[in-house]
Formats: sequence, C-alpha cells, structure tokens
Amino acid sequence: MLLVLFAIRREQEELAKRVTFIVTLIPLLIAVFLFINYDRSDSGHQFEENMMWIKAFNIHYHVGIDGLSVTLVLLTALLGPICVLASWKIEKGIKAYLALFLLLETGMIGFFCALDMFLFYVFFELTLLPMYFLIGVWGGPRREYAAIKFFLYTLFGSVLMLIAMIAVYLKGDTFDIPTLIELAKTPGHALAERTFQIWAFLGFFIGFAVKVPIFPFHTWLPDAHVEAPTAISVILAGILLKMGTYGLVRVNFAMLPEGMDFFCNGEGRWGNSLAILGFINIVYGSLCALAQTDFKKLVAYSSIGHMGFVLIGLAARNESGLTGAILQMFNHGVISAMLFLLVGVVYDRAHHREINGFGGLGSKMPIYTGITTLAFMASLGLPGLSGFVGEALSLLGAYSKFKVLTILSTAGIVIGAAYFLWTLQRVFLGELNPKYEAITEINGREIATLVPLGILTIVLGIWPSIAIDMFREAVSILPLVQ
Amino acid sequence: MLPGRNVELYGGLLAVDGFGLFFKVFFLAIGIGIIAIALEYGKARLQHRGEFYGLLLFSILGMNLMAMSRELLTAYIALELLSFSLYVLVAYGLREARSNEAGIKYIIIGALSSAVMLYGLSNIYAALGTTYFSGIAAALSSPATDNPVLWVGLALLIVGLGFKLSAVPFHMWAPDAYEGAPLPVTAYLAIGSKAAAFALTLRLLAEAVAPAGDRWADWQLVIAVLSAVTMLVGNLVALAQSNLKRLMAYSSIGHVGYTLAGIAVLGDDFALAAKAVIFYLVVYAITNLIVFAGLASYYNSTGKDNIADLAGLADRQPFTAAVLAIGLFSLAGLPIFAGFTAKFYLFAAVADGGFLWLAGVAIFSSLVSLYYYLQVLRQIYIEPAAPESGTEGDAAAEHGGGHHDAEPEQDSLPVPMLPRPSITLSATMGVGVLAVIWLGIYPAPLLAVIEFASSAILPMG
Repeated sequence: MLLVLFAIRREQEELAKRVTFIVTLIPLLIAVFLFINYDRSDSGHQFEENMMWIKAFNIHYHVGIDGLSVTLVLLTALLGPICVLASWKIEKGIKAYLALFLLLETGMIGFFCALDMFLFYVFFELTLLPMYFLIGVWGGPRREYAAIKFFLYTLFGSVLMLIAMIAVYLKGDTFDIPTLIELAKTPGHALAERTFQIWAFLGFFIGFAVKVPIFPFHTWLPDAHVEAPTAISVILAGILLKMGTYGLVRVNFAMLPEGMDFFCNGEGRWGNSLAILGFINIVYGSLCALAQTDFKKLVAYSSIGHMGFVLIGLAARNESGLTGAILQMFNHGVISAMLFLLVGVVYDRAHHREINGFGGLGSKMPIYTGITTLAFMASLGLPGLSGFVGEALSLLGAYSKFKVLTILSTAGIVIGAAYFLWTLQRVFLGELNPKYEAITEINGREIATLVPLGILTIVLGIWPSIAIDMFREAVSILPLVQ
Repeated sequence: MLPGRNVELYGGLLAVDGFGLFFKVFFLAIGIGIIAIALEYGKARLQHRGEFYGLLLFSILGMNLMAMSRELLTAYIALELLSFSLYVLVAYGLREARSNEAGIKYIIIGALSSAVMLYGLSNIYAALGTTYFSGIAAALSSPATDNPVLWVGLALLIVGLGFKLSAVPFHMWAPDAYEGAPLPVTAYLAIGSKAAAFALTLRLLAEAVAPAGDRWADWQLVIAVLSAVTMLVGNLVALAQSNLKRLMAYSSIGHVGYTLAGIAVLGDDFALAAKAVIFYLVVYAITNLIVFAGLASYYNSTGKDNIADLAGLADRQPFTAAVLAIGLFSLAGLPIFAGFTAKFYLFAAVADGGFLWLAGVAIFSSLVSLYYYLQVLRQIYIEPAAPESGTEGDAAAEHGGGHHDAEPEQDSLPVPMLPRPSITLSATMGVGVLAVIWLGIYPAPLLAVIEFASSAILPMG
C-alpha cells in the first residue's frame, strides 16, 4: 500500500488522498469481518499465524487475536479512514504524510495482534518513527520540541521494556507470549518466582506507563497533542495511549501476576501503588484540565484523567474492574477521537484554540454545538452514553478493593463535569463574539468523520454488551482476584 | 565457499577457513562500496588518483591477511600494511591543512600504538615461547605459565588493538583523523579498518585466549569495562558535535563499544557472541556505507560538512535525505531496520553470556545516540532550507527556533534544488537501503553464512 503511494507522483495530491482513503477502508472491512466471525465463546486466540522467524532466539512471527486484541483492532481500523478524512486539508507533502500514516496504522494493528514478544516490541517501536515525523514536520509552532520529547520519552520507556524483555527471555527461554503466560503460572519455574516478577513488572510498567501516560511520566502528552495536526492527535489519543494499557493487561497482568499482586494487593508498602497512580491520574489530570485555556490541551489533560480510570479498574484485578478498564479503553478511544476532531473543526476556522477567545458560537454553528455537547457529555460520563459504562464498571470493581481511593476518585468525575460544562459555556453559549460573525458551520466531510463515532457512543451507552461480549471470555482466563 | 575445508598456508601462519573467507568477501565488498563513494569525489577533489586506488587495494590486502593470520607477527605485519596505507590515505587532501594535520596526528599515534603492540607481542613470546595462536592457547591452559611478563604482554596487546579500534581511552586520534580526512577515507576508516581490527581481535581472542578457561574470565571483565566506557564516552561526547564527520567519528566509537561488549562474552562454549559480533559488523558496515554515501552526495554538491548545513535537505535532495534517514535510524537501532536486529542479537547474546548490566548500559547508550541522530534528521526534515545567499545569520536563526511565522518570505523563495547524486552513489545507496531493510526483517540467510564463518574459529558453533 505504501508502494502504491510512491507510484503516485507528487503533484497528484487529490488522487493520493482518495487512494489512501480507500486503502484504509480495507482494514476496516477486515475488522468488520472479524467482528462478525469472531467466536465469542472462545477464550483463546483465533485467526492465528505462526512462522519461524529468527531461529537462534526462537523468535516466531506469531500473530493472533483474542477478545482484548480484537476490540482494539476494531478501534484502530475504524479510526484509520476517519483520520484520513480528517487530514484532507493538509497542504504540503501530503503523499509523505499519508505514507507515514499508513506505516503507523500497520504498526498499531500489528502491535495488537502480536503474540511473540520480539514482534510485540518491534511493532511498539515501529509506531514511534512515523509519529516523530508526523508531529515534527506537520505540527504546530513548537513541533520540533514536542516531537523530540515524545520520541525520546517513549523510547526511554521502551528501552527499559527491552531490558525486562531480555531478562524474561533468559528465564523463560522463549519469546512466545502464550507460552510465557503459561510458564509464569507454573509454580517452581524461574519465571514464576516472585522477586523476579516484581523487577520485570517494574521494567515493563515504566515502559507502558510512559505511553498510557501515567503520572509522573505524562509530561510529553500535552505538548505532543497540542503540536500535532488534528488527525494525528486523534490517533495519538485514540490508539497510541491504548497501546500502553493493552501492554499493561497483556504483559504486566497476564504474564507477571505475582508482580502485579505485589503492587495491587492492598497490603504492604507498595500494595496500593497502581491504585494510587490511577487516582492521581484521575484527579490530577482533571484538575489540570480545569486550569487550561487552550482547548486542545484541555482535552489532552482530560485524556490523562480518563486513562486513570483504566488504571484503577486494572488495579482492582476483578472481573468488574477489568471489564470496565477494557471497555473504557475502547470508549475513550472513540470519545477522545471525537473531541480532537471537534477541536480541529474550530481551529481550522479560527486558527487559534483559546477557550476564552470564543463565545456564543452556538448561534452560528448549531450542528457543531450539538455534536460537541454529545461528545462532552459522553466524556464526563453521562449515563446513557458510553463513557459512563466504562467508568462505572471500573469504579465498581475498584471499590471492592480500594474503598477510600475509589471514593476519592469520583471527585474526578465531578471535576470533569466542571471543566466540560464551563468550556461549553465559554465557547458556545452566551454573547456571540463579534470576531466570529462570519464563522462557517461544520461541513459534510467533518460530519462524516464524527457521525460514526457519535453513533457508537450512543449505542454502546445503551447496549454495552455488544462490546463486552467480545472480550468477556478473554477476561475470564486472566488471573483475576475476586 | 569451501565448506569444511580448512587449509593452512605457510606452515600455519595463515588459515584459509570459513572465517577468513567470509571476511575476505566482506572486505572486498567494503572496498567496492568505498570506491563507489570515492569516484565522483576523487574526480573533483583528489590529485594522484591512481595512487589513491592503489593504496586502497594494498590496504584491502592487509585486511585480508589480518583476517587469515593465525600467528601474532603475521597479524602485526598485516596490520601495519593496513595502517600505513591508511596513514597516507588520511592525508590525501594535499591542499587542505586539515587533512595534513589529521594525517600527522594519525601517523604519530598509530606508530606509537604499533610500537606498544609490538612490545606486548615480544613479551608474550618471551613468556610463552610461541607466537602461534594455537600455541598460545595451549600454553595458557597449563597452569605453569603464570608469569607477570605474560600479563604485561596481553595488556599491551589489548592496548595496541584498542588504539586501532579507537576504543576509549585510546580514541583521541579518531575525531581529528575522521574530520580531516577526505570523505571516502573517513568512510573507509569507519567501516574497513574497524571491521578488520575486529576480525583480528575475534580470531585472536577466540583461538588464543578464550580456550584458557578461567584465565580468560579475568580478562572478560576488563574488556567489558572497556566496552562500557567506550560506549558511554562515544555517545555522550557525540551530543556536543557540530561537524558531521566528527559526529560520525564519535558515533563509530560508540558502535565499537557495543561490539566490544560482544567480544567480552566470547567463550569456548559460547559461540553465539561471535555470530552476534560478526552480524553486527556486517550491518554496521552496510549502514555506515549508506550514511557516508548520502553525506558524500551532499558534499559533492555543496562542499559543506556541518550539521547545520544540512538544513532542508528533504526538499533539496529528497532521495539522499531519505537514505540518510534510514541509515541514521538503523544506526540508532530502531526496529524493522537492520540496526535493531543486529543490536538485539548482540545485546541478547551479551545478556545470555552473563553480563546483563553491560547489556543495560548498551541499551541506554543506544537511547542517547538516538538524540544526536535525531538532531541531524531534524536539520534535514524539519528546518527549512536556507536560501542560496544565506549567511551564517540565517542559519543561526533557523537553528534557534524554526518558527514558521518568523520567516514568511522564505516560503515564497524557490527551494534551491541540488543536483541528483551520481549513478554509482545512487546505486550504492539504493542497494544499501534494501539490504538494511531486508536484514532487519529477514536476517536468516545472512545468519546462516555467519554461522559457517564463526564455526571455523569457535568449534562449538
């Protein structure tokens, strides 16, 4: 697909955009096929492929999906064409932009399907390269700083992950993820040893924590989001953050249960660590969002807050918490994609993102206001929309393990409501800011990017089983602690 | 290839075995690559080109002999043949002061290191009575030879080899020599002489010292520490560089550090390290070849070699820019490029050999190296091109911020396109890039060949 793009000459930009859009529809079609044909009652891996790759280290090209992966693959496949549509207005170097984007999508889907640790790591890193260029070349005024910060920060995390990975390989003698998961459960095996698992857990945790992002490794996110072009912010918040949480479930939870236990069992000095970090993410992220005047930065910080819910649900390690966490992953992907697209709409027209610089836009852009209200309500967790279900389940699961922290975390929901409603009021309600007398309403292309996401938000809010069914079985074989 | 046939020449001085043959082919390929880089450069800037290529051939002969020698003095003579050719090649920019200065620095330090090494060899001979690798191995295995003279000899030998490899703290000649030498010679120094020195070190340690069991274990720690220091110094000092050739010098010092880590874990029952080192050398050679080819193509068009001068290369010479990007990302060790596979192989071998801490240091140094490679890439892709009449002021302004708003008039100026690189350079870069990506994804064929090579020196392949 990349090669097709090379074949199109630089001048034929329209053609490049159309071809890429069609090309991104292919994974979407495959994803829909998967959605229909996926066996919901099977807890193992389906659609598997396993070929020998590098014999010396027993590395295989092993890919497959299970409940957790298929959810995220669906999300990635859905956001692909949407982001291409959102990138329609990019001017210079659109061919390179789209080529890099396709490479990014390859990396992301590969990451979710990978069942061999080496392949897992390769895809994890593979996404960094296009992101660096996409932010650094097509971004805003401070794009170089944001791009390098993003790259180095994330690479630092993955470097720690690499060391932990090599250590796990040395103990387990294989890179195959399902095999490693089995070995880690076998009592007496070197991999199952608690101390080793704790250190390996830490290594992997920091690697994924940078990506999620978890306080205090979150400082790259606001810069990267603000400087990235709209479509890239969508992918960043929608998928890349989920790579971190997916890793946490797949590796830290499934493969290193003793290590996870040490940090989540509520006992000892470190027993509350993950829950505390989740709590900090929720409350600190929301408080920071409350203080923002840049629209995009506000959404970025709210992302940090929402990821806190995933983390606290994960820390609970029970069925409710895990279900909530995974559902929140998917829902947040959809909702934050909507939010960033919406910010892009107004930025394209006004060329700034100052919340206080707008006012009364509702009178000129009613459709846009309506969609934004939907997205805001979903994000703050209004029951009936998808955001509520994920958050509620996570908190429900976490309550049985970490009562106080959970109660305190609900403050995050209130703060979330505060900043979203306040933003709604500042931007859309009240007196029309005379500067925007001539502002144009949201156009067809933009609506096309938002409508699928909006429909998903509403449907999953009323009928979340559609999504939960996909990963219910996969969750049940995880090392849950009731 | 002659699988299984190990022939000895000159009564055991040279060996025609898998290892030697592999490296001969490797060095000849490097020679072809360097000639491809030197063609256009030479026509424009070098005098006495016939002697240039002649010296190149002599040095390749020296490298071949180094890979094949199984005896200390033969190795030394071959090393000297290579070194002397290099001394002259470095100073080949006859009219440039920098080149002459680099040549003199290189000769003096090179001669010093050769003398040190020769003294070490003589000590070893005095202690053991033999200079054949197999003889040394036998003598070291027997506990009777516990002789301070022997340790001095081995230490000085390592010092001498360290100079040739530009390991820290014997590396001070490298940045100046790399910066002053003509670009193809810089490439040759980075790729060829390092590979040859490593081939020699590999064979020497694998055949002569490693069989000695726990004697070797003591030296392993020494080499491991050397390796750690080399990687750290190479990568950290590279952060401060502003000249491309100097940057590449420090970058190759860093890579020498990684390779030394692999050598530190060599052992009679551990041949994975030898394979990892050889694989790393091949990938390092190919990747550096395409980076230097890219630099040469830029230099041929503009005559500039500072990092800041690369600004806007993405628009001016897009093919070169893409090749440089792929090469630098591979050197940094990013996946799907061969650099990652080679580093992973090497670091996993190091960890498997019992030096997990060293693997950790190596991985972190890799991270640091990404930063300075990114600086170069930033210039190429993100900084706008300076207009032809651009002065230092413009370059400084771009360097300082890259604020799009500050230079609206530049968008309207036509981008000063550079001529496309020559056919040979383009072909070299094209083949090299394909190799880098191919080896990154599917290294199995090359690994099989390397297996054949390393089993000749370490029987437990």
